[in-house]
Amino acid sequence: MPIDASLLREIIMDHYEYPRNKSLTQEDGYESVHMASDSCIDDITVQSKIEDGKIKDIRFDGVACTIATSSTSIMSELLVDKSVKEAQEIIDNYFNMIDQKDYDEDLLEEAIAFQNVGKQANRIHCATIGWKAMEQMIKESEGDKNES
Amino acid sequence: MDVNKIREDFPILKRTMSDKPLIYFDNSATTLKPQPVIDAVTHYYTYLGANAHRGDYEMSGQVDSEFEGARKVAQKFINAKYPEEIVFTSGSSMGLNEACIMITRQYLQDGDVVLSCESEHASSILPWMKANKKIEINYIPLDEQGKITIENFKKTLNDKVKVVCLAQVSNVLGFCAPIKEITKICHERNILVVCDGAQSTPHLKIDVQDLDVDFFVMSAHKMCGPTGIGFLYGKKKYLDELEPVFYGGESNARFDAKGNIILKDTPLKFESGTQPIEAVIGMATAMKYIEAIGQENIHAYEVELKQYFLDQIKDMDNIVVYNKESESGIVTFNVLDNGKMIFSQDVASFLNTKGIAVRSGQHCAKLLPDVLNVNSTIRASFYFYNTKEEIDTFVQALKEVNLKNCVDIFF
Repeated sequence: MPIDASLLREIIMDHYEYPRNKSLTQEDGYESVHMASDSCIDDITVQSKIEDGKIKDIRFDGVACTIATSSTSIMSELLVDKSVKEAQEIIDNYFNMIDQKDYDEDLLEEAIAFQNVGKQANRIHCATIGWKAMEQMIKESEGDKNES
Repeated sequence: MDVNKIREDFPILKRTMSDKPLIYFDNSATTLKPQPVIDAVTHYYTYLGANAHRGDYEMSGQVDSEFEGARKVAQKFINAKYPEEIVFTSGSSMGLNEACIMITRQYLQDGDVVLSCESEHASSILPWMKANKKIEINYIPLDEQGKITIENFKKTLNDKVKVVCLAQVSNVLGFCAPIKEITKICHERNILVVCDGAQSTPHLKIDVQDLDVDFFVMSAHKMCGPTGIGFLYGKKKYLDELEPVFYGGESNARFDAKGNIILKDTPLKFESGTQPIEAVIGMATAMKYIEAIGQENIHAYEVELKQYFLDQIKDMDNIVVYNKESESGIVTFNVLDNGKMIFSQDVASFLNTKGIAVRSGQHCAKLLPDVLNVNSTIRASFYFYNTKEEIDTFVQALKEVNLKNCVDIFF
């Protein structure tokens, strides 16, 4: 079912103009990934607190375009309070959507706003920068668990 | 200068982008290629074929004649005293790196200072930062317009300065640095001058003897030539003294197992390995093409295009231009929506949907955002094949830029 484009655009603009969780914390228990080396424009830091296999908090800050800012903001709301397993499934579906492969729309909620980002091929990076940072922290949290 | 006739030389101008006629305004990044340059490159592959300086047969002799002929074209293009002062490189970045490595090794000591400025391209700064001696880099402060002035240069000078490494024309703002006056002062104090000509050679007549710089680099692709080729000019007395960075075939005359090496003379000692021969020949063709149009005409026309653009947007209060004063074809700006800056990449992507190619970001000059007080900018850079009609389309597109339209391109 085609979704009204103006609704999707409103989602992106709302998260760009009023980004959620856009401030970093000095509190203990947070991991942090600085995504600055992939592109020379977007410069985003994502923080997360993962405890007992569950994502307790996600925050981010930085200077970035509409797509990078809004996609990271949406990710921060979507993945919080999920288990790392659930979060990874959502991330996998999101990347599938970006790559124009099959995905489960229901899992992605507002993130479906980026379903056509591939129309501007050079902007795929923008739509995934925050998500990649989060995936990296999930993988690292799993690695820690396996080591202990 | 008949722009419509010139445009016929550029087959790529017939292509479309985003299903619109291509409007290419990213000429400071690289330029489009005219048919004579394409033909020269193809001629090597379809006829000349052989390596340079190696064979005892007719084909090889023809290659040598074209290859060394290209060196003489390059010599004349910048009015160097000798053809031997032209060392082929992959472009300005390689030339700047080679100059930095050789100069650091043979002429500099720990604690010596290299003077640069805040609008410099990464290629003028990073090689010195990563040099294998402790080289300190000092930056000439820019004036309020973003220019290098003689006064600020003099203020930054001190006894530890041994090298000044500056672009003749800034790739972001388009200002021309007073290289000749700077060089005169440097030479009174035995300071070497390395000049980055990447953004000046495509637009201005260069005379290295008049400038008196010690080293000068350029890239052919920024002036209608092939990618992967350019040259390092050095005064012969320095090139004769300096040890090359690279060793290998063609740069040595003979060597033995004990490590005795007899290098060839300048410039061949710097050109180890097979050079991109087709690109060297293509570069010479590009130089002749530019000279036939005339650098004075090219520069005057670019300045005219920039002024035309500024006139068209003068009543648009949503556009902030950072370099109105620079006499060049470069316009660096941002677009506002309700007084709030739209991120440059969003604007560039919107313009792409109109067939317009511009650059967004920091343009490899990472220190400049601190001077301009913005994170990133949009750069439109005009060249002699651009037209006022293209600028009209560009201005019309800029009138449509707002946050909503920048996001709508994704639907």
